[in-house]
Amino acid sequence: MVIGLSTRFEPKIVGFLCRWCAYTGADLAGTSRIKYPPNVTPIRVNCSGRVDPTFVLKALASGADGVLIAGCHPGDCHYTSGNVKTIRRFKLLQRMLNQFGVEKERVRLEWVSASEGERYARIVESMTKEIRSLGPLEWKTKVEA
Amino acid sequence: MPKPKMAFNWASSCGGCEIAIFELGTKLVDVSKKVDIVFWPAIFDYKYSDLEAMPDKSIDVTFFNGAIQNSENEHMARLLREKSKLLVAFGACAHSGGIPALANTTTRDQIFTSSYKDTPTTDNPEKVLPQTRVQVKEGELTIPEFYNTVKTLDQTVDVDYYVPGCPPVGEQVSKVIDQFVAGDLPPKGSVLGASQKSLCHECKRTKTNRKISKIVRTFQTIPDPEKCMLEQGIICMGPATRGGCGAVCLDANMPCRGCYGPLPNVVDQGGKMLSALASIFDAESEEDIQKLADSVPDPIGTFYRFSLARSLMRRTKQ
Repeated sequence: MVIGLSTRFEPKIVGFLCRWCAYTGADLAGTSRIKYPPNVTPIRVNCSGRVDPTFVLKALASGADGVLIAGCHPGDCHYTSGNVKTIRRFKLLQRMLNQFGVEKERVRLEWVSASEGERYARIVESMTKEIRSLGPLEWKTKVEA
Repeated sequence: MPKPKMAFNWASSCGGCEIAIFELGTKLVDVSKKVDIVFWPAIFDYKYSDLEAMPDKSIDVTFFNGAIQNSENEHMARLLREKSKLLVAFGACAHSGGIPALANTTTRDQIFTSSYKDTPTTDNPEKVLPQTRVQVKEGELTIPEFYNTVKTLDQTVDVDYYVPGCPPVGEQVSKVIDQFVAGDLPPKGSVLGASQKSLCHECKRTKTNRKISKIVRTFQTIPDPEKCMLEQGIICMGPATRGGCGAVCLDANMPCRGCYGPLPNVVDQGGKMLSALASIFDAESEEDIQKLADSVPDPIGTFYRFSLARSLMRRTKQ
């Protein structure tokens, strides 16, 4: 075994980060050299309100183990209320995902401001840990069985 | 010119699609003048062996309704694909799973337990469950295998065209048949007998972009026949559903349930409807939003009533 390569399960998490707050916060985590797990693949969106519930479903159905949606704190949205729309969709989506049998920990909505690099790192850390203990989602294989 | 040969088949469906063809009424006589119906188990006495005896690609067009829920459905889908030049997924079940695909929220075991053991009207003291093979003194009897997951026709075999609807409205069926007779066909994979826009475009109700603070169910109220259903708090699938039916349910003062399937270029009808509905929630605080979200009855059954098999998730976790 190659030293440093772990055989433990590493979750694949798709992160939809709003460009004004969360993406900038993630950038700050990097430039500040904060250590956090590399499990989130970030996708920059203009606003968390741009995240169609279908994006989340597609990510899960295509092999992601979790999805993180992160945007500006309520009240700080660059587009005034985009993130409030995200809460509305997210709450309903959460109910539906629960019906599908997707654990709550796998899909999270979080607020990260541009100055909260540390907060972003801790969110990714806790999410990775939770999903690692849940195990892989492997939606396609489970559905086709 | 010889008349085109046409076949109809039903798989996992209710028979409503056959009724939709009967809805043509006396026009059906005209249809029979234009085409030769060579196979139609719901109406005529054909045996599967008659179909097996036909040469490959000898049927010009087959209208196949119903989802694929057991091995017989699948066998017929494969057989008709071999025998037909064109295969049309006819109706919501063949197109996107339809009502039978709601079985994807459960499993075969749960369905069997509920149907053959738990229902109060079931008299089954020995708890016998359906077996695909059983030995009796006359020999072996077989029945088709019941599948755990319902599939659409195009998840089973290659499909040329789709005609959505539960059932497709008569007027559209007649137009589609004429299209086939005339050979006037769009590219393979097109949805026929429906519009390219959402149902809201053909709905005559007044819309004022009002937000909703309460979900109302149809049994709790008599909807105002002039106003948009969604603005009255009644979940109407119109914004996420392909038009073409003429908004017949809305004319009967009932909300759209989504049987015409997703709009062009949309994969997941339910996800789109969830988004549309949540966007008009009149709530700002997390608690109020949660309350409204919690009051939506059965999200999967509401948003994917006719399209669960075709959706991104396809079924619940087993």
